[in-house]
Amino acid sequence: MEVIKFGKMAALVVAFGVVVGCSSKGGDAAGTGAVDPNAGYGSATSTSGADSVSSEEAALRAITTFYFEFDSSELKPEAMRALDVHARDLKAQGNRVALEGHTDERGTREYNMALGERRSAAVQRYLVLQGVSPAQLELISYGEEKPVATGSTEEAWAQNRRVELRK
Amino acid sequence: MNSLKYWLTCTVMLFMAQVALAQDAIEITRGSDRATPIAVVPFGWQGGTPLSEDMAEITSNNLRNSGMFAPFARENMLSHPVRAEEIFPRDWTMLGVEYVLAGQVTSTGAGYQLQYHLYSVPREKVILSRTVTGGENQLRDMAHKLSDEVFEHITGIKGAFSTKLLYVAAERFSADNIRYTLQRSDYDGARAVTLLQSREPILTPSYAPDGQRIAYVSFESRRPEIFVHYIQTGRRERITSFEGLNGAPAWSPDGKRLAFVLSRDGNPEIYVMDLDSKQMRRVTNHYGIDTEPSWLDNNTLVFTSDRGGRPQIYKQNLNSGTTERLTFVGNYNANAKLSVDGRTMVMVHRQDGYRNFHIATHDLERGNLKVLTETSLDESPTVAPNGTMLIYATRQQGRGVLMLVSTNGRARSEIPTKFTDLRVPSWSPYLP
Repeated sequence: MEVIKFGKMAALVVAFGVVVGCSSKGGDAAGTGAVDPNAGYGSATSTSGADSVSSEEAALRAITTFYFEFDSSELKPEAMRALDVHARDLKAQGNRVALEGHTDERGTREYNMALGERRSAAVQRYLVLQGVSPAQLELISYGEEKPVATGSTEEAWAQNRRVELRK
Repeated sequence: MNSLKYWLTCTVMLFMAQVALAQDAIEITRGSDRATPIAVVPFGWQGGTPLSEDMAEITSNNLRNSGMFAPFARENMLSHPVRAEEIFPRDWTMLGVEYVLAGQVTSTGAGYQLQYHLYSVPREKVILSRTVTGGENQLRDMAHKLSDEVFEHITGIKGAFSTKLLYVAAERFSADNIRYTLQRSDYDGARAVTLLQSREPILTPSYAPDGQRIAYVSFESRRPEIFVHYIQTGRRERITSFEGLNGAPAWSPDGKRLAFVLSRDGNPEIYVMDLDSKQMRRVTNHYGIDTEPSWLDNNTLVFTSDRGGRPQIYKQNLNSGTTERLTFVGNYNANAKLSVDGRTMVMVHRQDGYRNFHIATHDLERGNLKVLTETSLDESPTVAPNGTMLIYATRQQGRGVLMLVSTNGRARSEIPTKFTDLRVPSWSPYLP
């Protein structure tokens, strides 16, 4: 899987003649490429001939984290708008991305592992409905194990209930 | 005004005096009005340098942790007997002490020997005299062994102080740089040894009934996989690596099978694998979340499911396939663990209308529920093999800590550690 992904990445690099920043997921092969995993994503599409890329679309494309309410795996309208743009890009490029599901710290760890997967599955379902192939989407749940915000506050919890789309 | 000030000062002084007087009394009876008062006298030792471990102190803590004993403060003892004939009932009756434990440590050349005497104050006689021996680095083992013997002699319950604890420590150097280690320590947190180290999460370690193998989930390949790890040799066997969830491994009481969760069929379901043949079969079949299996006996699993809308505990017979809901009180019941006798279930519980998660015990025969903890994010309960104590994880000032609590609710203490963040404890079975 890692090999396929890297192969696709390499193909992208050749096709567009740009250096694609390697994400931390595929980062072993690229060595020091521990940069913003989404940096290459935007630059690759901007060279793909779409001259009329609106600033709004670019802004939506930059959104790769989608947030959820407590104990919910329901996508919010703003997440759907951003996912529409990602769906178009994924269909055009045929590349593979990971959908990482996360929860806040409340509740048990293994139950949250399942809840995180339910969230990434919700994103997957939405992208597939827009025509993305399920084979392009790898689901992984980290449950409550990888919080972006520490602390036991409503704000921290809201930031941690998320799905991250990663190349 | 002045008189008020005077009154206040007097009250405060009086109060302070009371605190000073009562301090030891509080120490003795803290939260334990019916715990048996026992005096563990510092053991005699004639050697030149002091021993590296205070075995009387360790024994005292062990007995207190069970919630069944109230160790008497050492500094208030009127005498420090070492030999049986030095124990005089009048020294202890007036202090309200029921049992006295005294002993003498001697060097054996290669290690130590402790000759101890357990004395009943009301009966005015020694009721147990024994010797424990150990190598130079086994003073803690000796203390735990003598604690087990004394505990069993008085209560009739096999002691569980010579057991071990597994847990995961996380050391956060930065957001992307966290070191996860699987630790194995004495049940009380002492002598922790690292069994596994990873830059990705390690989850849900669990001791096999033989005490030789452990199972856990590791994300070391950046996806969850279940491993069985042989403690003595360090040999590891990857058990599952399916797409989606691979989680919540739980050993059958006979040690031959592992129950776990996979989502390869689309959503989290519970599977049981025979470890010799690697034959696997799916046990649950529901579109909701089914997770956290635990064995009631070799033919019955309990697990968490949100099939009724909220997470609750269910029971399933592996032969007949019949499923029964076990919990009805509270809006969140999860991660159930069974006591060895199968009569009590310990679980994470949240009351209706409340937001805090607590550890609660649920009597399977009578159905009554008892909440044991008072903090807010309590999880991952694990029960001592004799059912008298449990350890759970919670958060304090932003860090994960492990708490030990007696099942009768009287004793409570934090497991000491050098790490900043601990989680997912698993208590070993009785070890040979």
